[in-house]
Amino acid sequence: MPEVVLKANDLVKHYPVKAGVLRRTVGQVKAVDGVSFELYKGETLGIVGESGCGKSTLGRLLMRLEEPTAGTVEFEGQDWTAASGRTMRKLRRDIQIVFQDPYTSLNPRMTVADIIGEPFEIHPDVVPKGGRRARVQELLELVGLNPEHINRYPHQFSGGQRQRIGIARGIALNPKVLICDEPVSALDVSVQAQVVNLMEKLQDELGLAYVFIAHDLSVVRHISDRVGVMYLGKLAEIGEEDEVYSRPTHPYTQALLSAVPVPDPTLRGKRDQIVLQGDVPSPANPPSGCRFHTRCWKAQDVCKTDEPQLELRADGTGEHPSACHFAEPRQVVETTDVSGLAPDTRFATPDVADVGDENPAGTGVTEDERRLDDTTTESDHLR
Amino acid sequence: MTDTTTKTKPSGHTYEPVDGRLLDVEDLHVEFHTEEGVARAINGVSFHLDQGESLAILGESGSGKSVTAQAIMGILDMPPAVIPQGSIRYCGQDLLTMPDEQRRHVRGPEISIIFQDALSSLNPVFPVGWQIAEMFRTHRGMNKSDALDQAVRLMERVQIPAARDRVKAYPHQFSGGMRQRIMIAMAIALDPAVLIADEPTTALDVTVQAQIMSLLQELQEERQMGLILITHDLGVVADVADRIAVMYAGRLVEKANVDELYASPAHPYTRGLLESIPRLDQKGQTLAAIGGLPPNLMRIPPGCAFNPRCRMARDVCRTDVPPLREVAPGRLSACHFAEEVLDA
Repeated sequence: MPEVVLKANDLVKHYPVKAGVLRRTVGQVKAVDGVSFELYKGETLGIVGESGCGKSTLGRLLMRLEEPTAGTVEFEGQDWTAASGRTMRKLRRDIQIVFQDPYTSLNPRMTVADIIGEPFEIHPDVVPKGGRRARVQELLELVGLNPEHINRYPHQFSGGQRQRIGIARGIALNPKVLICDEPVSALDVSVQAQVVNLMEKLQDELGLAYVFIAHDLSVVRHISDRVGVMYLGKLAEIGEEDEVYSRPTHPYTQALLSAVPVPDPTLRGKRDQIVLQGDVPSPANPPSGCRFHTRCWKAQDVCKTDEPQLELRADGTGEHPSACHFAEPRQVVETTDVSGLAPDTRFATPDVADVGDENPAGTGVTEDERRLDDTTTESDHLR
Repeated sequence: MTDTTTKTKPSGHTYEPVDGRLLDVEDLHVEFHTEEGVARAINGVSFHLDQGESLAILGESGSGKSVTAQAIMGILDMPPAVIPQGSIRYCGQDLLTMPDEQRRHVRGPEISIIFQDALSSLNPVFPVGWQIAEMFRTHRGMNKSDALDQAVRLMERVQIPAARDRVKAYPHQFSGGMRQRIMIAMAIALDPAVLIADEPTTALDVTVQAQIMSLLQELQEERQMGLILITHDLGVVADVADRIAVMYAGRLVEKANVDELYASPAHPYTRGLLESIPRLDQKGQTLAAIGGLPPNLMRIPPGCAFNPRCRMARDVCRTDVPPLREVAPGRLSACHFAEEVLDA
């Protein structure tokens, strides 16, 4: 049995809805409403779902950027949600986060040295003061950036490079768990592949466990060992990557998978397409019983009254947890196993280093500034 | 009153396509003159669009795909934009030399556009029905109540539930998918011959994306519109387009039928792109990435703009701009070594 590093127990996060002059609480937005799972050492757990399903709130709860309304998060058996003071700070080191937007998640007034080095100010024992600059350069190299760019500012980097900086900051304290909230969705396809490959390499080298939150089902399939599908604050289905993608048993998972366009025109009109009616209901007033029943083609009376539990249900070959009264496997995506096939390196490469040293548009860095940059002494930057 | 919802081909239009040809874009150049210098957003782009056809223009950010759409629509801010060269002919008439007043009658009734961000494209202080009806009042001189009736019909056509009750609702009262349907209703209101969809589903969830794309396809078929789909998503293109034009740094690097392009790309960039996308229908895939970044449009490298990122670049690629040429029947590629890529 693999070692569990992070465990969510029935996590709940409700946000009050206030109205009127007295700002009375008139309702609750049930962003996360009872989510439990385990994250194993060194694995990637993908969390997918559409906007408003609570996947980002879940990430923030795991990171303790939000306090849960109920439920707990355990890190290596220790209750992380109850920890405070010194214990909490110590645990924080082991759980880090990478955000979606590489433009707003880096402070524009800080240099790369300051951004990546800042965690060491709070956790001074990780790297002694004298070694910090070298450690930052090491981290830059690890994420495929030029270590000589240590004194540059975020605006001097492209989106993909900034996301690498965000990742370097995330791994600076040698965490065991990295929560990645849509880490590649702001990037162009050709750059996205570089960052995904980098994340896989870092995982292998550092033994990190990822909680990879994203809406792109293809990226999640590619990077994840296990996948959880969220709908309106709850997990609809969770299992090994192949169980969820090849033998989904929850109608929502099936609809979601069938809606993803596949870059292969020969499949046009031949795929099993399930077009859902309507929109996702409001999490402030989720439907009774099964939350998906308002859009489900299989819904019966029991679905309106009884909430289906997330429990093992047969998927044709084996069984994996699914929260549907009428769970049955339906293959909506025909999967080809291409593992073992080497990629064609004549036009693209699985390498992870960032070879683009072109400044993005409008950075306005002159040669002089750059020269100055490189001759600045260490003491100017690390207090 | 004419029935606008059951019409099968554009009629009542000032312009008639010759042999089904709607648009002919030739050697289009667009520059942006800024304080830092001149950004060459489009550097000689040519393509055409026929009635009832779907053309996808595929590219990543900064490739010039949206600027192309804006140039066709005539909604570029000029200045800073300048069109130093090229022509855009609609049914034989050059839109770029047309007087503004005349062009206004093309924009909307003949060629219309939907954008990625429906929320910021709709006016937040007017009811959606009023905004759709505006098309009929302005361009057809209809009175208020007739125009509003038409708006309700259109909202029904784009499958907005309880359209009659919601015609007075404001944009913020609709979900993202419904707002995009309202945008589509406005765009097809005057039965245009050409519809440009600029990243129409990028901001939407995947289940909603599927709904919107199937609605667009249905409308296109019903009205025999020419559709220009501007996107970065190779999956969406594979699902809807007939032909595809791939843009890189303001140039077309490849043009082909969709089936042929996916089966055997003729440009190293297209080839690299196809290898860098994770696929839903594959497991155990090793992703290969195109290294580096697209060039800064103020400093496009000499020769082929893709040469710094191209793994098969040779000396000639650093000096000579490769022309877009026919490399196989019906296949155009702007690569000096396109035949090698095709055979690879």
